[in-house]
Amino acid sequence: MPPLSLHVPEPRFRPGDPVDFAVVEVPPAGAARRPDTAEPARDFTDLSYGLVRVLDDDHRAVGAWDPRLSPDRLRRMLRHMALLRAFDERMFRAQRQGKTSFYMKATGEEAVSVAAAHALDYEDMCFPSYRQQGLLIARDWSLVDMMNQIYSNKGDRLQGKQLPIMYSAREAGFFSISGNLTTQYPQAVGWAMASAAKGDTRIAAVWCGEGSTAEGDFHSACTFAAVYRAPVIMNVVNNQWAISSFSGFAGAESTTFAARAVGYGIAGLRVDGNDALAVYAATQWAAERARTNQGPTLIEHFTYRAEGHSTSDDPTQYRSAGEPNAWPLGDPVARLKAHLIAIGEWDEERHAAQDRELAEQVKAAQKEAEKNGILGHGLHQPLDTLFDGVFEEMPWHLREQQAQMMAEETASGRPWDRK
Amino acid sequence: MTMIQAINSALDVVMARDPDVVVMGEDVGYFGGVFRATAGLQAKYGKTRVFDTPITECGIIGVAVGMGAYGLRPVPEIQFADYIYPALDQLVSEAARLRYRSAGEFIAPMTVRSPFGGGIFGGQTHSQSPEGIFTHVSGVKTVIPSTPYDAKGLLIAAIEDNDPTIFFEPKRIYNGPFNGYWDKPAENWSKHPGGAVPEGYYKIELGKAKVVRAGEALTILAYGTMVHVCTAVVAEHGVDAEIIDLRTLVPLDIETIEASVKKTGRCMIVHEATRTSGFGAELSALVQERCFYHLEAPIERVTGFDTPYPHSLEWAYFPGPVRIGQALKKIMKDS
Repeated sequence: MPPLSLHVPEPRFRPGDPVDFAVVEVPPAGAARRPDTAEPARDFTDLSYGLVRVLDDDHRAVGAWDPRLSPDRLRRMLRHMALLRAFDERMFRAQRQGKTSFYMKATGEEAVSVAAAHALDYEDMCFPSYRQQGLLIARDWSLVDMMNQIYSNKGDRLQGKQLPIMYSAREAGFFSISGNLTTQYPQAVGWAMASAAKGDTRIAAVWCGEGSTAEGDFHSACTFAAVYRAPVIMNVVNNQWAISSFSGFAGAESTTFAARAVGYGIAGLRVDGNDALAVYAATQWAAERARTNQGPTLIEHFTYRAEGHSTSDDPTQYRSAGEPNAWPLGDPVARLKAHLIAIGEWDEERHAAQDRELAEQVKAAQKEAEKNGILGHGLHQPLDTLFDGVFEEMPWHLREQQAQMMAEETASGRPWDRK
Repeated sequence: MTMIQAINSALDVVMARDPDVVVMGEDVGYFGGVFRATAGLQAKYGKTRVFDTPITECGIIGVAVGMGAYGLRPVPEIQFADYIYPALDQLVSEAARLRYRSAGEFIAPMTVRSPFGGGIFGGQTHSQSPEGIFTHVSGVKTVIPSTPYDAKGLLIAAIEDNDPTIFFEPKRIYNGPFNGYWDKPAENWSKHPGGAVPEGYYKIELGKAKVVRAGEALTILAYGTMVHVCTAVVAEHGVDAEIIDLRTLVPLDIETIEASVKKTGRCMIVHEATRTSGFGAELSALVQERCFYHLEAPIERVTGFDTPYPHSLEWAYFPGPVRIGQALKKIMKDS
């Protein structure tokens, strides 16, 4: 026998390689069956290896998963997705201008968060990762409030304690974002279990990237969700990349992420993540399954991270520059726009006008937020708030350290207050 | 009551008062816990308030954080403190930080119960004292009772507290106070004043130590099982020691400690946990910083050795009467 050899996955394309995604299987829109929400989890093998798609190549909505949304709803979704993109563009630039330390865009993944938010009730609790800012936008949360957080300024509801983009907005059903990956997964399951135990009607939804599914918390969460039939929607945003690691390092060479659900006894759906109607339909289906005590659903959103991981990342160092444009599922904003035009409910002029309007809206919000200050320009929060919220009441050792810090501040000639 | 019964009573009392309190963990439901601490609770309060969980510590604590965010008051159990490590990310990165990072939007009002400490031939993974790991984490409180009376009052206070609390239960003294003389017959709680526990509701404020024995010659800082060991050794040696049971490690009752050491001029710190970077190091540093000009001898630390907890050599490892006795002689040498 030949000696053993270790398989180390390698992505198909590296910098400089020509890109051909023909190997990515894209089933035709409308082909996937839409099961009853009460169907047992073990019957989901086909759907967890398939791909739920609604929008076809002619931009028409087809098949059993067509959510049959009103033109108004479609236009609102398109508007939110375009607003998210405009927001991302502006905040990315703000980071490059040195107004904040860090930013992460969701370019190419706008449908995943925005369409899901449209399919959920406002009272449902979302446990996002750092790339679902679209949830806040789709829930019409204040852009100024989001920017205040990004700038860690005096309007920042988190008192400058958190890295930019790690929002928390309880009123909007948006759970505090943590830097530790996938910790939100069992937390969302616990929230859903609490809702069920209390006889509530609200459900939870949680998001992580495909790379993060490798964390132990993912396994724990799936086990708990299945065991207690928790009313939770578990979203895996498979955007192909975890910083520089392609999805093969999370196991994608051998299976799909939706298929992991079946082994846990969870309904698994694999969805075209760049098809807003498919994302909406799958979320709506999973929400109904959860609300009727049929248990959890795991949805893999098959998409592509069109830009760098963050403002600290340069994707040209590890993947071919041709990938984003060659991605076979296209661009979620362009596809929803084309659908609205195809059904006679939108046109290029209105779209261009809306883009201009949204850019102005974001610009105005930015101007407003910057009145509260930008990062590194002056002291935006009272210095002693640094010690607030470690505990409900401040123990003696923190009071002593707070006093020490204030004394240092006095001795230093107030360096934090520099303008 | 035994300490087990006192803990069971605390859970019963607080569950009856607050419908948001839920108990969860491995084997805590139908069976009532491997130490019987949750016996009878599921039958009384139902399966949605007292339930068994899958064997996943990170899942248990992660789910409890989510339940807390919803508005419940979870009391998860980790079967042995030796098995709390898979949950460290959820405890350190999430439960401890949630209030701070969300500026109070979300909180984690949970109490993690876990049996800890040695003296039961538990070997490497049923004997550890990992309190020093948690006292190092800002945002969690750490509580360790030494009697049934304290266990009930402190547990009720911990559950009602809106911050995450690690509640370590010294399993060696679940059924009776252990004085460290392992070759003598075991005692039980019925003969100890700390075994007298009221049936109803009461609580003991977190962050308050208890002077177990007033004295003038030296101050001994201890918690959990070691409180009883120190009491016995002090009696044997006829030293007029002031023994302070810390009860809460974070937040620490610094006033009681400081007043005592300034009075006695000597300080000995005793814990089962390993020595290096153990909580004793923090206590020693605090006493040195605050009582330096009152000290008449170097601060003594009597601890477990810096090894994993052994099985057959348990009594050579355990900081028992011999080690504490020698330290007593050493610290009192020039008095």
